[in-house]
Amino acid sequence: MSEIPADLKYLASHEWARLNDDGTVTIGITDHAQEALGDVVYVELPEVGNQVTAGREAGVVESVKAASDVFSLVSGEVIAVNDALVDAPDLINQSPFVDGWFFRVQPTDVTELDDTLDADGYADIIEEA
Amino acid sequence: MVDFSGWDMPLHYGSQIEEHRQVREKAGLFDVSHMAAVDVEGADALAFLRHLLANDAARLEAGSALYTLMLNQGGGVVDDLLAYRRDDQRYRLIINAGNRETDMAWMRAELTGFETRLERRDDMGILALQGPQAVAILAQVLPAAAPHIDRLRRFHCMETGDLMIARTGYTGEDGFELVMPVTELQPLWHALVQAGASPCGLGARDTLRLEAGLCLYGHEMDAQTSPLEAGLGWTIAWQPAERQFIGRTALEQQRKAGVAHQLIGLELLDRGVLRQGQQVWQGDHCIGEITSGSFSPVLGKSIALARLPVSVSGEVQVEMRDKRLTARLVRPPFVSSKK
Repeated sequence: MSEIPADLKYLASHEWARLNDDGTVTIGITDHAQEALGDVVYVELPEVGNQVTAGREAGVVESVKAASDVFSLVSGEVIAVNDALVDAPDLINQSPFVDGWFFRVQPTDVTELDDTLDADGYADIIEEA
Repeated sequence: MVDFSGWDMPLHYGSQIEEHRQVREKAGLFDVSHMAAVDVEGADALAFLRHLLANDAARLEAGSALYTLMLNQGGGVVDDLLAYRRDDQRYRLIINAGNRETDMAWMRAELTGFETRLERRDDMGILALQGPQAVAILAQVLPAAAPHIDRLRRFHCMETGDLMIARTGYTGEDGFELVMPVTELQPLWHALVQAGASPCGLGARDTLRLEAGLCLYGHEMDAQTSPLEAGLGWTIAWQPAERQFIGRTALEQQRKAGVAHQLIGLELLDRGVLRQGQQVWQGDHCIGEITSGSFSPVLGKSIALARLPVSVSGEVQVEMRDKRLTARLVRPPFVSSKK
């Protein structure tokens, strides 16, 4: 059974978001997503300073077997990306919710997170799949 | 688990990269029972196979194996397969899962006039034990056959009871393919795992064959593509000239006219992963496409097979999403067995 931390928000496309104390939002892919993808070997991160849009593609993650888009949960400016993934993309497999984070956004409207799934809602989606 | 031509197949048991490494460094075990064994027996079995197959079954001695294509009249590939000669009038073919119905219909239609029986052995299962420790592990599990296993040469096979042991594989490593009644498969699987073989899924099988530069039906070859443009010309037995196998006339015309394409390897110099279907460019020209692409666990970079003009040289660009990445041309295999 994959891990679904209760304090995060989710998309049905298997991304998570954490609202940080400073008002920024960190985004990554879920434990379920990394399990389904298998060994991650390549990531395409957004660039710092780029604008991302809620529900739109912001990056790409590729495993040995497949490529998958990474969607953002909020709109705003990318203020940091996890450069460690460039040389160690398998951090996503080892630690999807902590060391395997993808990028951090300064959101223009943090209430966009209210339209995303909570842990229970995301758990239901995984079970249906 | 994925649906693979109607079979529930594991893509990987744990980490696919780890499974791949086990095969290159120790030994891995694959359940490849989705592939079908077809027995071809009778007084005309050899004559039938010499008509049916592009490689020449007359080259087989008893207890040996041959990789061959089965072609259509246009020279396209119906399937690729291994043909084993068990004794004078008994042969066994191992065909691809996805082609089993097409193959059976094709072979039955060609059977007229030959005193030969065809039987698809759905009662048989197949395991592939691959890697540098395969010999030691199999000898440990089958102590009575151990001396014979050790002496069994590549592309040769032996039988002990219901079990056929062939020194063949699809990984570029030393190893065996084991054909047995399905009822005996599970105990043998567990014994081999107990003796040190790592369970491996279809995912690792694909990256292993790609590193070894081996073709896969539906990727490098199909019913429309000439084997001469798929890097498979070496499997055609042109001699003796009077052997009229199916597809020969078309292939001879292609050979005389000269083929425009070749199958060649690509190694990605930029970061990314090459995939089947991506376009290959040189300057403003799209010159071909990738037939198989993935990540090479041994090389730590992406590799691919591509069908490109015979005249291609230098570096090429591969279109990936909205970017062009640079790759260099490589003659497969990308990775060679240490043995």
